[in-house]
Amino acid sequence: MTNTKKIKKVLILGSGGLRIGQAGEFDYSGSQAIKALKQEGIKTVLINPNIATVQTDAGLADTVYLQPLNIETVTRIIAKEKPDGILLGFGGQTALNLGLKLDSRGVLKKYGVAVLGTPVSAIRITEDRELFKKSLEKIGVKSARSFAVSTVKDALIAGEKIGYPLMIRSGYSLGGLGSGRIDSAEQLKDRATESLHGAPQVLIEEYLGGWKEIEYEMVRDAGDNTIAVCNMENFDPMGIHTGESIVVAPSQTLNNEEYHRLRAIAIKTIKHLGIIGECNIQYALHPDTGDYRVIEVNARLSRSSALASKATGYPLAFVAAKLALGKKLSEIKNSVTKTTTAFFEPALDYLVVKIPRWDLNKFRSPVREIGSEMKSVGEVMAIGHSFPEALQKATRMLNIGVSGITDYPEEILNLRAELSCPTDRRLFALAQFFAEGKTVASAHELTKIDEWFLHHIYDIVQKAHELKKQSLTSALILSAKKLGFADKTIAKIKITTEAKIRAFRLKNNIKPFIKQIDTLSGEFPAETNYLYTTYHASVSDIAPSPVKPIIVLGSGPYCIGSSVEFDWCAVNTARTLRALNQPTVIINSNPETVSTDYDESDRLYFEELTLERIADIADFEKSAGLIVSVGGQIPNNLAIPLENAGYPILGTSPASIDRAEDREKFSSLLNQLNIDQPEWQRVTDIHSAKIFARQIEYPVLIRPSYVLSGAAMNVVYTENELAEYLEKAAVVSSEFPVVMSKFILNAKELELDGVAQNGKIIIEAIAEHIENAGIHSGDATIVLPPQRLYLETIRQTKNIGRAIVKALHITGPFNIQFIAKENSVKVIECNLRASRSFPFASKVTGHNFIDIATRAMLGVIKNENYETLELDHVGVKTPQFSYQRLKGSDPVAHVEMASTGEVACIGDNFLEAFYASWLATEQSVAGKRVMISIGGENKVKLLEPIRELEKQGWEIYATVHTHDFLTRNGVAANFIYKVSDGHEPNVATLIANKGVDLIVNIPRGLSPTTQTDGYLIRRLAVDHHIPLLSNLQTAGLLLRCLTELDTKKMPVKSWNEFIY
Amino acid sequence: MPLTPSQLILQNGARFEGLSPAWQKQIFEGEVVFTTGMTGYVESLTDPSYKGQIITFTYPLIGNYGVPAPKTWESTKIHASGVVVSEACVHWSHSDGQNSLLEWLKAQKVPIITGVDTRALTKILRETGVMLGAIAPVKSNVKKFHDPNVNNLVAQVSITKPTVHESQMKKSLPRTDTRSGSGARVVVVDCGMKANILRELKKYPLTLKQVPFDYDYSNENFDAIFISNGPGDPAMCKRTIAILKKALEHQKPIFGICLGLQLMTLAAGGKTYKLPYGHRGQNQPCMETKTGQCFVTSQNHGFAADAKSLPAGWKVSFTNLNDGSVEGIEHKTNPYFAVQFHPEAAPGPTDMDWLFEKFYQSILSS
Ligand SMILES: Nc1ncnc2c1ncn2[C@@H]1O[C@H](COP(=O)(O)OP(=O)(O)O)[C@@H](O)[C@H]1O
Ligand SMILES: Nc1ncnc2c1ncn2[C@@H]1O[C@H](COP(=O)(O)OP(=O)(O)O)[C@@H](O)[C@H]1O
Ligand SMILES: [Mg+2]
Ligand SMILES: [Mg+2]
Repeated sequence: MTNTKKIKKVLILGSGGLRIGQAGEFDYSGSQAIKALKQEGIKTVLINPNIATVQTDAGLADTVYLQPLNIETVTRIIAKEKPDGILLGFGGQTALNLGLKLDSRGVLKKYGVAVLGTPVSAIRITEDRELFKKSLEKIGVKSARSFAVSTVKDALIAGEKIGYPLMIRSGYSLGGLGSGRIDSAEQLKDRATESLHGAPQVLIEEYLGGWKEIEYEMVRDAGDNTIAVCNMENFDPMGIHTGESIVVAPSQTLNNEEYHRLRAIAIKTIKHLGIIGECNIQYALHPDTGDYRVIEVNARLSRSSALASKATGYPLAFVAAKLALGKKLSEIKNSVTKTTTAFFEPALDYLVVKIPRWDLNKFRSPVREIGSEMKSVGEVMAIGHSFPEALQKATRMLNIGVSGITDYPEEILNLRAELSCPTDRRLFALAQFFAEGKTVASAHELTKIDEWFLHHIYDIVQKAHELKKQSLTSALILSAKKLGFADKTIAKIKITTEAKIRAFRLKNNIKPFIKQIDTLSGEFPAETNYLYTTYHASVSDIAPSPVKPIIVLGSGPYCIGSSVEFDWCAVNTARTLRALNQPTVIINSNPETVSTDYDESDRLYFEELTLERIADIADFEKSAGLIVSVGGQIPNNLAIPLENAGYPILGTSPASIDRAEDREKFSSLLNQLNIDQPEWQRVTDIHSAKIFARQIEYPVLIRPSYVLSGAAMNVVYTENELAEYLEKAAVVSSEFPVVMSKFILNAKELELDGVAQNGKIIIEAIAEHIENAGIHSGDATIVLPPQRLYLETIRQTKNIGRAIVKALHITGPFNIQFIAKENSVKVIECNLRASRSFPFASKVTGHNFIDIATRAMLGVIKNENYETLELDHVGVKTPQFSYQRLKGSDPVAHVEMASTGEVACIGDNFLEAFYASWLATEQSVAGKRVMISIGGENKVKLLEPIRELEKQGWEIYATVHTHDFLTRNGVAANFIYKVSDGHEPNVATLIANKGVDLIVNIPRGLSPTTQTDGYLIRRLAVDHHIPLLSNLQTAGLLLRCLTELDTKKMPVKSWNEFIY
Repeated sequence: MPLTPSQLILQNGARFEGLSPAWQKQIFEGEVVFTTGMTGYVESLTDPSYKGQIITFTYPLIGNYGVPAPKTWESTKIHASGVVVSEACVHWSHSDGQNSLLEWLKAQKVPIITGVDTRALTKILRETGVMLGAIAPVKSNVKKFHDPNVNNLVAQVSITKPTVHESQMKKSLPRTDTRSGSGARVVVVDCGMKANILRELKKYPLTLKQVPFDYDYSNENFDAIFISNGPGDPAMCKRTIAILKKALEHQKPIFGICLGLQLMTLAAGGKTYKLPYGHRGQNQPCMETKTGQCFVTSQNHGFAADAKSLPAGWKVSFTNLNDGSVEGIEHKTNPYFAVQFHPEAAPGPTDMDWLFEKFYQSILSS
């Protein structure tokens, strides 16, 4: 054990950009760790390029590095900061793997940095599946029968021994990356090849599909005191990743013997491994025999631990950080009861249901099936007193257009297939299956889901039927509410309005009650402010806030387009409100957030962000006002309904929000103000679509209001493409009109983020996209302050901003997006809410836009001048994609957003910031071999940087046209066949043999392409973990970085050094 | 099973509306207590220590895995006099299940009320202490509640005549054991003992003589004594205490659990008192005084030993981390020790099963 007494300064590794499998939960864990260390008077240094996190805020860590989490950078930061200790367990797999590397390369030893908490040796055992298995054997704990292999050949031999179907899993990863059910040797060969590119070792093991999947969150201190904080049961049995499963806490179908047997094994295992701090342990439990297997131990905070923390109220990350310092559990206070200690196991008097949030249709050519690899991008957690109540709540939290399990908007064809090969909508398929009169037994047969869960779903469907058949009585409504039915669902069934149902309900005094989460089922008095609602009650635990509070609506689940940045906004809003002595209530439904830490508000309602529930809470609390502009699109969309229902909205009026959101109204406003916009029209049939497209000339941008498959927005270049798209992918009708706009080619895109009060701008920041317009602003690389804009453009942008802000009489945050071409600036949209780039703008300029916005909404702004244009440094924000997880998706950015997160770095100059930011997305170029294929006339634009590469000794491979072009221009390149040529050497073999270190593949246009050679190259690049550049502008810049920058000499400066 | 409106009436006049099976036509009385365990309702309901009590489960869903075969119960029947839940699961699911909770309760004539805001009820019990109460049909009234604790509850749940259990030898003997398998004789005083205690003891090569609570073994030939858990006020067990007092002179190992601890306290000359609302649950944190080591324990008791009253020669071996109450006592020189929690678990965590080993070792070394 390290002598933790001497620890004065601790380095914390963050988790980087959000991606599938590693999302906002690590902002929660990192922030709690920092708070815990600060409380002990320890100096904290944080490395995390995720600029949109709360943990990188001023006032948390003493020093923040918005820098890449790679070994070179981190080593240099360690050399500079000389920390005494390092925490590896709070930044997901990224931090853990990086920590292992720092250890094995001797960096930690060289600089005398102690690993706090679970020792590296134990981490290694848990990460190496083979060592892990052997270690468990020693203490007689069972794991699945398996073989660890590191070559494809050995994999096939192991396959013969285990038999098919079998399970393949890779080590040192999370989110089930590279894992899956394998049915044949051929399939095994493919999958093993692929997986061994990303991981040194794979496990071939017995297939346990259909067993119950159970998890325990364990905590152990250095004095060998151990507790099981929470256990969880997966609704979807083994075979579906826990991150893809509906999960309940605590377990529901385990009896006492099973619950405590697994708990005892957990204690035995983690003692044996020597965990100090937090870990989770996953089991498979046979439903009939009770036999078990340990699946894995994650020796770090995880998605599950964030969930467990929110589910129980036990601050796992906070406690884990204290334990890492050598504290004992009994020396730490239970922060909920404030009277008892952290050594106890929470007893719940409610249950919790988590449902993953998928966004599969946002990715081009996605596969809908789910399995042992994670694809979901976020999750929601619902709290209730019955499973149906919590389950139905959770479906509403998802924000996917359902208000319960019985009202999925589409009829799902082929239900049996959907049940046996699960997709993202299996829950709804189950409801439809029962609505067809099918039995629980047959559903169990198809899904292997425990009948306990299925019966409850069946009951919900029966209740929907009852609602339809019977006339509404107060008893019927109450029984439906106890099963989690929304007013909206009841209204739909009864063909009336939500408002009428609510009125009926209130008349009959049917209201939800408010209960506290106190970790001890009421056994001890607790001053907890952690709240939820239920209909299974007769009194509320609490009285309304003594002073009318302000309610901040959070972001809801993370999904494409709404991510940790909105949690940052909500948290910062609440902090400002509380600093201004305003009683503050937060409502949010996302367990991966900091805003749902109960010390971030005066009252936290872990609840749905629906009109009904917000109204329930606002009625109860007699809210002084609601803030709808900091949580992204969900709260923004609720502004008008809430106002119509009579609730006070703070900031810009909902009428103005409507004027900005409604395309027609906004367009006529722009016309009125003489502001230019791309030509557009709403069309309701193909014929008029064609006519309009001819009139404005191709390419045109299409936004359907109803999509059949694939991405919603699209750019088409020809009439044929237009017709094809409107016939196959989208619906065009008077019910579902399509908006068509002139797509402006080769234009720049820029954004204005700002805060205004009463129509006057208080602060604004202009940022420039590196990619030309046509890449969604969420997928674009963004530079602040702009480096290459004409002053004239900036002036126009500011003028337009001023005019719009004035016309809409904005108070609070706003964001306007522009397209600029040859000094003509057009507006494409305006959001009267905080935008994705608010944390970026705040941290690069050093002025907290949300703090200013909150003050503006309360009318207490300071009179200050904020400099955001003339800065001595430059910030670059880069999207983080998760294409690896999404088999078959085309990894090229386009008009529809597909990135799952972002990172940003600050540099002394543009190129350095750009390069650091690219590296921060966990990419790097390992050698000097590049494969290039560039579509159409774009070739010329990259000629100079390629020539420079050649000069610097790069080995260049090029496909036929690019090769021709390079040869003609005197650049030597190796010729390489396309896959479709059917000759060797071709791109596929080159990539598979890791014969290149970088791939530049620039598609011709922006319309979706699959099954082309270009698509194949891009996909192969991603599947084989080779960095890919698929955008002309970013490719040009990156090639420049590779030839112009001396990366070894790039300074590692902290954010504090840049800003202050 | 059809449910009809019913009510839970508390001594202080508070009422909770709910639903009960139609067969429950009369008024069922008991002392209303709450337990915070999230699983283990079968074990709790068949635990004789709950005799005379109406158990409120704070976890809202009870009955999820049905009711298994009697061999896994803690005794042959349900001892609790009533059950209060938020929701009783109808569609239970488990491969070991044979029956639903509601059917089982009906077969055993034990009443239940569902649909109760158990959290609200728990808070009342927490604030005013446990109370008498009744599960009753709507509109009915209870004028005077009968306190089950005025009866000798132990007498109602103890056995009537001694039984001998020969050693099962489930555990191979440690090398230190010179009597290899001969089976030391342990008097097991059954004050309403849970079956799992017997299961645990049977893992050792011991001859167990299970005797009624008032059986006088003090003149018999024995190597050790075990005193079990049981219901109610320990002060009611005058005979048991008197016999134990005599036994304390022998310096033979004595191990007590729960009520067993309270009886040992009284026999040694100490005092017990009633806790305001008891400890019932599976998450009670205890600290071993000697080592500072902490354990999560399973508990079910309304009375406790008074630390200050412990006579000379005795010390507190475990304390409750939440409220500092006595969780274990130990004699400073003689091999007498007892714990307030349940090392045999069932329901609850099994972290303390080593205490049986400790008992066994103390038999071996004495
Ligand atoms: N042997 C197996 N048979 C069937 N499914 C399995 C097996 N092992 C793992 N799984 C499934 O794969 C998922 C991911 O495996 P896991 O080892 O937990 O990966 P990760 O470390 O990425 O979370 C599990 O949640 C489980 O559902
Ligand atoms: N007329 C246009 N010409 C070129 N690109 C456009 C045009 N309109 C939109 N885009 C591109 O499409 C992206 C998404 O459009 P936008 O209206 O902002 O959609 P969203 O509401 O999803 O943010 C923009 O960021 C921009 O790159
Ligand atoms: Mg896992
Ligand atoms: Mg946009």
